[in-house]
Amino acid sequence: MYSLLVGSSRLDCRTVVEALIGKGAEKAQAIIWNIRLPRVLMATVAGAGLALSGLITQTVLRNPLASPFTLGISSAAAFGAALAIVSGVCGVTLKTALGGFQITNFYVVIISAFVFSLIATFAILTISKLKGMSPAVTVLAGLAILFLFSAATSLIQYFGTIEQVAAIIFWLFGSLSKTTWISLEVMSFVFFICLFASYRCCWKLNALYLGDEIAKSLGVDAKRLRLVGMITASLLTATAVSFLGVISFVCLVSPHIARLVLGSDHRYLIPSSCLVGACLLLTADTASRTMFLPLTLPVGILTSFFGVPLFLYLIVKRGENVWW
Amino acid sequence: MVVAVDSVSFSYRELKVLKDVTMNTKKGEILCLLGPNGSGKSTPLKCILGVLKPQKGRIMINGGEISSFNQLELAKLIGYVPQMVEQTFPLTVFETILIGRLPHLGWTPKQSDVEAVRYAMRLLGIENLAWKNLSELSRGQRQKALLAMALAKEPSILLLDEPTSNLDLNSQLEVMDVIRDIVKDGKTAIVALHDLNLALRYADRVVVMKNGRVIADGKPAEVLKEDIIERVYGVKAIVKNECELRYVVPLGRCEND
Repeated sequence: MYSLLVGSSRLDCRTVVEALIGKGAEKAQAIIWNIRLPRVLMATVAGAGLALSGLITQTVLRNPLASPFTLGISSAAAFGAALAIVSGVCGVTLKTALGGFQITNFYVVIISAFVFSLIATFAILTISKLKGMSPAVTVLAGLAILFLFSAATSLIQYFGTIEQVAAIIFWLFGSLSKTTWISLEVMSFVFFICLFASYRCCWKLNALYLGDEIAKSLGVDAKRLRLVGMITASLLTATAVSFLGVISFVCLVSPHIARLVLGSDHRYLIPSSCLVGACLLLTADTASRTMFLPLTLPVGILTSFFGVPLFLYLIVKRGENVWW
Repeated sequence: MVVAVDSVSFSYRELKVLKDVTMNTKKGEILCLLGPNGSGKSTPLKCILGVLKPQKGRIMINGGEISSFNQLELAKLIGYVPQMVEQTFPLTVFETILIGRLPHLGWTPKQSDVEAVRYAMRLLGIENLAWKNLSELSRGQRQKALLAMALAKEPSILLLDEPTSNLDLNSQLEVMDVIRDIVKDGKTAIVALHDLNLALRYADRVVVMKNGRVIADGKPAEVLKEDIIERVYGVKAIVKNECELRYVVPLGRCEND
């Protein structure tokens, strides 16, 4: 609610409530319904989705440092976006004399980013499958993909014009400013399907904590679960990153924060991670819109500023009981 | 036969780990697999569990071939404890044992599930550790927690890979006593062991392996003799009989070994 209240246009509480129920000034209604509400909802859903994807990756790979971002899925998305921007198909134009720019065909960037993140996922999973879906191979294949696409993105930037490079960097920061109702609907659709799928596998994911052999003795096919988990996590990340750009920290840290507070049982860990992710991204986005009014900071930068102190506080506070 | 391993061969790529291995166990029997490190003791357990697929031979459980069972049926039948579990994320002892109930669990654990977990903890004397994190426990305590996890689902076949390797003398006897009591109730246990004295004391039958082959199979007192110990382990030993207990005393390594 606070997120709806604040922004570069000053709206009071009453105006916001009126706008929400379809009354009041047309301008306020337009601001709330077209700009702030989809943005706030997107921050919530995407934050939860990123946290869920991080949690699934960490569990199926049994690695606290794993996230779809450390596996190169976001760098592939960044490459896709950079390629679309530099190739000119999306039409980057100079907007102001100060070097502002406008991407006229933003959906091309989104689709390109999405396609490349799926290509990266497919590459990682193919390599892992060759080696029997071993967690270590998946992590290493992901790292290799990460560096490959980072290098490719740098190469593209090297050959781009100043406006194009600025557009790429802006995209890399991650932002919720381009949120539309359509992108929100797509993100929500993907999130709720993945949430449902992973929630159904709670106990199986718990069994994976004890290793593939014990999981097998409990009737869980660890390799299959790992494959399905990786596909789910990648789909969530690919969708979120394509719409928002690179917002990496939520993904890695939200599951850890939730785990420190509520323990490792996925029945509680899935909803709590999603909640932490949603709160982190929403808080960061609200702060990004209000800290330097009328300037809006990229949310990707602020998530780390909010997440790190909270994370460090929890590590210090729970020092004796943490697992590393 | 509850478990019948029939002429099974298994290799990791070029490395032959099991060569034409045959072994059987009956209801109410503890079968101990003995042999030096790398002799292939753990591999038959993993083949019975279904983690490894033998290239040759077949494995039967209760008269049916292992492939005729679905995953859940096998999970309810077989309890497995590996040598050790590398833990990455925090998990309490209670949570770990509850996960062991997975084949019986619905969405929310029922009272019967919680009772089974409590019973398994009581059997192994680890109730006071219920809310401790697995990573805070000693290796021996962790081994007990894993055994409790396997017992909690009440399986009829127990596959145990060196369940006493990290335990002190008292706990070794405690764990083997628990296994013997469970097996007496009509279950079956196949236990890979290093300790010949534990095998002599608890096994109804022993299978001695070397280089992936079965060297001897039979009652412990008949199989564990000086000549076989020397042939398999390269150790000169004497087998003594005192207070109605047989035990092995190693004298020293053979010179040509």
